[in-house]
Amino acid sequence: MKVIKEKHPLVMRWTHWINFPILAIMIWSGMLIYWANDVYSITLFGHTFLHFFPDWFYKLLKIPFRLSEGMAFHFLFMWFFTLNGFFYILYTIISGEWRELVPQKKSFKEAWLVLLHDLHIRKAIPPQNKYNAAQRIAYTSIILMGLGSVVTGLAIYKPVQFYWLCWLCGGYHLARILHFTLTMGYVLFFIIHIVQVILAGWNNFRSVISGFEIVDEQPQTIQQTPSGNTSTTNNTIQ
Amino acid sequence: MKNSESKKIKKELSVDQKINRRNFISFTTFFVMGSVAFGGWKWLYNSPLEPSGTTAGAHKPLRRALSKTELFFRRFYSKDHLVQTYPKSMAASNVRVNSNIGVEDDTDFKPEEWQLSVMKNNGEALKISIDDIKALPKTEIVFDFKCVEGWDQIQHWAGVKFSDFMTYFKLNDQADKQYVGMKTPNEAYYVGLEMEGAMHPQTILAYEMNDQPLKLEHGAPLRLIIPVKYGIKNLKRIGTITFSNQRPPDYWAEQGYDYYSGL
Repeated sequence: MKVIKEKHPLVMRWTHWINFPILAIMIWSGMLIYWANDVYSITLFGHTFLHFFPDWFYKLLKIPFRLSEGMAFHFLFMWFFTLNGFFYILYTIISGEWRELVPQKKSFKEAWLVLLHDLHIRKAIPPQNKYNAAQRIAYTSIILMGLGSVVTGLAIYKPVQFYWLCWLCGGYHLARILHFTLTMGYVLFFIIHIVQVILAGWNNFRSVISGFEIVDEQPQTIQQTPSGNTSTTNNTIQ
Repeated sequence: MKNSESKKIKKELSVDQKINRRNFISFTTFFVMGSVAFGGWKWLYNSPLEPSGTTAGAHKPLRRALSKTELFFRRFYSKDHLVQTYPKSMAASNVRVNSNIGVEDDTDFKPEEWQLSVMKNNGEALKISIDDIKALPKTEIVFDFKCVEGWDQIQHWAGVKFSDFMTYFKLNDQADKQYVGMKTPNEAYYVGLEMEGAMHPQTILAYEMNDQPLKLEHGAPLRLIIPVKYGIKNLKRIGTITFSNQRPPDYWAEQGYDYYSGL
């Protein structure tokens, strides 16, 4: 029997989809800014493995000589990015959704098992609620990274007026490196996120738009708990 | 997203009907809002440039946003917020030269004939020699110079505090104005500063770098060092100083950059 199972609250879906284009614009305008002093690379033992960014990449995205434009976009959309994130965190705290999100003690051990499962090395996956252990860690990290971007961003933006923030980030120079590294972290997160969403399938994806999943349930597995809540024992993943 | 049960629905919807209904509402909203967002972005991206004035070169709505944002962040400005200073040993010996507009394009410039012109409120021009300036108390600063491009470098400068300069040359009436304007002798490079930023205790008119007289490429005979602003405001080779209640022209603000450019 088909049953509608509520998954993502309305606020969570809105903030998720609002964040997507805003973050894209922040990353793009950030690259317009970064280009003006593109000094970062991955260098080990004197060998440069990757320079951020190669010329073909700049040309492809029409990045060169747009610093002032990048700053203008960046300093407008930073408001939307921050407010949307702030609203999401506020909602998560007030609604109690954080309980589904924040890693538990066992999550760090379980996340390893989830990883082995996702890589098809291990068959079984630890029992989970809304999110599995790896998701709890990933989704909490991405929120903390967002907070980190705002803090390091402010430290670079007003290093004298917010000297204490700048100090907290290890100084102006390091703050810019952290700000950039966090951005690369988003890109990595995005790639893994997209792969996982594709693998999880339509039912999961739809739930981030319509809010529910459809689960197939045998009526006899529904039990009334003493408090009157309906508890079910289905195992939908993601 | 619950179906409103208050409307008296004769027959309760089946699970499939509920699913279809909710999917329809959600996906319609998703695509409509997505299109609105995309349209909004297209509009902003292709929005016209601002008319040329004190500022120029930015998209009109973006310039508005830039100015409003700066107004918000200016509330955090305080002359008591000081830029971090470092020991002299940390200062770079090879100080970066990034731009020399107003310096390298002035081939007729004769440093020995240079005099600073200060335009007073009464229209009179005060002429000051470098010796007059060097006679004032010297202030040194070793700080992290920050370029709008994103690089920073710890540098060591020395000169007279702008606020001391104003006091010693009895420019108190001029200090009541809202803005300070500075230009190179050939007027090819120019900056506008709010008085509060110019009067910041770490703003100096510098004539020395790394304990040596300033070199021409670093702005000799006299340049501005204003740590509460990006490098673009740190004008080299000051020719004229003006005071006004309107924003003076600013080279990079006319190229799409923020006028305030404060740190």
